[in-house]
Amino acid sequence: MGHLEGDNEMETKNIMIVGVGGQGTLLASKLLGWVLMEKGYDVKVSEVHGMSQRGGSVVTYVRYGERVYSPVIDRGEADIIVAFEQLEAARWLDYLKVGGRILVNTQKTEPMPVITGSAVYPEDLPEKMRSAGAQVDAWDFLLPARMAGSAKAVNIALMGRLSTYFPEDWESVWQEGLEKNVPERFLEMNRKAFEFGKKIQELDK
Amino acid sequence: MKELMLGNKAVARGLYEAGCSVISSYPGTPSTEITEEAAKYDEIYCEWAPNEKVALEAAHGATLGGVRAACAMKHVGLNVAADPLFTISYQGLNAGLVICVADDPGMHSSQNEQDSRHYARAAKVPMLEPSDSEEAREFVHRAYEISENYNTPVLLRLCTRVAHSQSVTQTTERVLPERVPYVKDPAKVMMTKNSRDAHVRVEQRTRDLTAWAESCSLNRMELGTDTSLGIITSGTCYEYAREVWGEMASILKIGMSYPLPEQLFLDFARKVDRLIVLEELDPILEDHCRKLGLSVEGKSLFPICGELSPNLIRQAAGLPVPESRKLEEEIPMRPPVMCAGCPHRGVFYILKKLGCMVYGDIGCYTLGAVAPLNAMDLNVCMGASCSGLHGFLKAAGDEWESRSVGVIGDSTFIHSGITGVIDSAYNMSNSTIIILDNSITGMTGHQQNPATGKNLRGEPAGKVDLEALCRAVGFERVRVEDPYDLEAFEEALKEELTAQAPSIIISRRPCVMIKGVKHEAPIEPKTEKCVGCKSCMRIGCPAISVAEGKVRIDTTLCVGCKVCSKLCKFGVL
Repeated sequence: MGHLEGDNEMETKNIMIVGVGGQGTLLASKLLGWVLMEKGYDVKVSEVHGMSQRGGSVVTYVRYGERVYSPVIDRGEADIIVAFEQLEAARWLDYLKVGGRILVNTQKTEPMPVITGSAVYPEDLPEKMRSAGAQVDAWDFLLPARMAGSAKAVNIALMGRLSTYFPEDWESVWQEGLEKNVPERFLEMNRKAFEFGKKIQELDK
Repeated sequence: MKELMLGNKAVARGLYEAGCSVISSYPGTPSTEITEEAAKYDEIYCEWAPNEKVALEAAHGATLGGVRAACAMKHVGLNVAADPLFTISYQGLNAGLVICVADDPGMHSSQNEQDSRHYARAAKVPMLEPSDSEEAREFVHRAYEISENYNTPVLLRLCTRVAHSQSVTQTTERVLPERVPYVKDPAKVMMTKNSRDAHVRVEQRTRDLTAWAESCSLNRMELGTDTSLGIITSGTCYEYAREVWGEMASILKIGMSYPLPEQLFLDFARKVDRLIVLEELDPILEDHCRKLGLSVEGKSLFPICGELSPNLIRQAAGLPVPESRKLEEEIPMRPPVMCAGCPHRGVFYILKKLGCMVYGDIGCYTLGAVAPLNAMDLNVCMGASCSGLHGFLKAAGDEWESRSVGVIGDSTFIHSGITGVIDSAYNMSNSTIIILDNSITGMTGHQQNPATGKNLRGEPAGKVDLEALCRAVGFERVRVEDPYDLEAFEEALKEELTAQAPSIIISRRPCVMIKGVKHEAPIEPKTEKCVGCKSCMRIGCPAISVAEGKVRIDTTLCVGCKVCSKLCKFGVL
């Protein structure tokens, strides 16, 4: 899957990060926002704090371009969705541009209605999203996170994979971004998670 | 320096740069990070006050003491602070005072979506409204200038999408104004003639500010090449307008939403063919246009309820929206839940088991209302569980006394619950109040409060003794219980419900998410014994699920609280 080369540089690009409260989506968006600003773009990142963080469905909008206005991304506008969980990928799919890319961690976290049996967790979501026309890039990112030393590093492993969508010469900026945004005592572990995430294709064979 | 900054952090940065020296606030989403970020600057004294009224009074006191001060709160917090606000508007200040208020259109984390702009007009206090982080930072400087030039507190209104969005911000250095000496002034006593004179001054101030609003740079006419449509807007809606109509559009951007200029509106109207007002929540700019006799469209196109969004605006304006595709599949909802190991869970399980009428309150424990516990009947505002239950029992009578409780968190109890229980003790209703003391202000992201023994910076501080406090206001029956011990808790609750006296149960157990709170090893279910009865599922713990007819524990979530063990009759958990 190639990076964003050839796209109109001036046009605002939209990336959504979706997941379950507590999965570390805020750190991921902080890192991504930092990298994009460092690359000279105008950037807006919109987060949700408070009530919905308690295990609810969470979404962060990251927008970049020459001049960004709206802090939020609307239905049909996202170039890329990074989903920390399958069901959340499916929930936000209609925010993706038709034919846009969706990076999915195949991990499943059952929501309360599924746990209590009042709803069913749908099967084969990556395949169904493909059928709906999305470019689906789905892997188990728990694997690189655990290899790096913590299941909690799923967020940075996903960012590692996302970094491969951008030009290769951004690498040093991503590394600096990790240094600036990840607490020092977790830096080495997250550097590994980022690296393993980048190479997920080789790991998951 | 250029930095990608959260709106709230940018406000904190602005406060730092403008030489603010004292901040007193009460946490509330989406305003909390203003004070937390400001506390990272050693030069600013920051504190959590027991509630917003106290915070505003303390901040105002600081300005009398001669330094620039501020407070921050969510929109409903301004209701609590309204009493001092209206009179501080009359009395004036000794140094600048900025009151940051964050509205929550769409109610991401709030019980209503009131529009704080009404307060500016009602209290006759100027209000600034930034539309991104850079403006949030810059408008703090402007707010202090207005505050000191016009001797008035200034409201800085944010909304969720400004408070919780990061955008690129240019910072400057801190400039500390000279301390203003305190001088006794008899005109500051707010009674009779002094107040009447003050009101006259306030009316003149509003006229002066209105005149200034005509030409101040906070309000901006941005005439584009397209003048077929003119958009009057403020705050985040300005960003939406640019997103939808682009850079050619003609916009009147209002940065000071009270008091509003008149001539500027009329001039703008003359330059465009058709006028629309784009604003979230109430039609305040729109009503102003109508008062000026302008023909505008606003709420006839855009909803009063909820947040606006680019697509919603496109649809309302008859513009095309991007194509999108949904899965046909039913996607189960993912509502927020109480965390695994949350000490509140056991309490709500018992309340449900006993079939109690539960008057709830504002905090994480509001989640006791959701499935499968469904154990909360209602909530209103901070503290209403105590006073509301008192009133309910006065009307409903004896038969309800043995099955009605008020449930309130430690921070909320200090904020506004205490006056409600005093009503109950003084006017003798046979109420039962449960204080869920998890030793933190949870929902807003773990702030200290007067009952935790630590201050905003986590340093040792004064500590309210909840048991002694409850006894001191007249409760003879006060007991402390552990919510993990379901059996003992149930017994205690039954006793207090049947007792012929008002009582308070303090359910004490720290929030499992507080740093340093020890977690036990996750439960290892003896799956072979599991019969799949799902008794353990009744507490709605996110760590418990059933796979292939047997219980399954998510070991990344389970903190070993063993509340589920007490529900399992087969020794599985």
